[in-house]
Amino acid sequence: MMPPLGELVVAALLLGSGIVVLLAATGLWRLRDFFSRMHAPALASTLAAWIVTLASIVHFSTRSGGLSLHVWLIIIVLSITAPITTIVLARAALFRRRQAGDELPAPLGDGC
Amino acid sequence: MKRWLPSPWLSLGIFFGWLLLNNSLSPGQMLLGLAVAIVIPLLMAPLRPTPGPLRHWRKLTILILRVGRDVLRSAFDVACGVARTGTRPPRGAFVVVPLELRDTHALAALAMITTVVPGTVWSELAPDRSALMLHVFDLDDEAAFIAHFKNDYERPLKEIFE
Repeated sequence: MMPPLGELVVAALLLGSGIVVLLAATGLWRLRDFFSRMHAPALASTLAAWIVTLASIVHFSTRSGGLSLHVWLIIIVLSITAPITTIVLARAALFRRRQAGDELPAPLGDGC
Repeated sequence: MKRWLPSPWLSLGIFFGWLLLNNSLSPGQMLLGLAVAIVIPLLMAPLRPTPGPLRHWRKLTILILRVGRDVLRSAFDVACGVARTGTRPPRGAFVVVPLELRDTHALAALAMITTVVPGTVWSELAPDRSALMLHVFDLDDEAAFIAHFKNDYERPLKEIFE
């Protein structure tokens, strides 16, 4: 059985994370161009994921007694793997928009 | 020692990662973790072109904490920027930062930092690694941003990895 205080903290954290994800989603919808839109989902994969992780740690730690940290691995693995998709997306967008002749900074170095 | 533990820090990381994954400190899991921590680096050794030297643990800890703080701050800024898009659209812009960092491990760490911080997206690295192009969500002062980036991330990484 969880103490009511613990439940309250977990509920507040989950609610907070939900609000952050909602903001990230509205950002995806309201922001103008592709590169600005790339920043909004990063909110969901960092701040929102961190808050959910914290909620999960509080939940399992208060329920089982011992400190339960294994969900922490999620944010570590998320931080290590997120750059792969983000960089590939950014590179693809740059390539396509340069091909289309949009006004973008020139490629660094000898056009790579 | 060198033969059986080619990269001791990787082994240590795998060992604690294993215990964390299983959420247990029982002797059985410790033994399994030890086995994994010895076998995986041996299998990985041929895949790693250069061993990454790691120095200055204190600086590494400070850097991790600082990135954590910057992530929270930047996430707050991006959230506010999104909420206010209607009245004041964010001034998104590309910034070219001259780089002095050359080590691949350090650049990988820099890529992680720029991606994890919501306000910046890694866009392009010059083929000779002399410059990096970032997209910044809401750019106020380009010179200040470059100075912050070089002082807070590049310099500590250079000290840690090179």
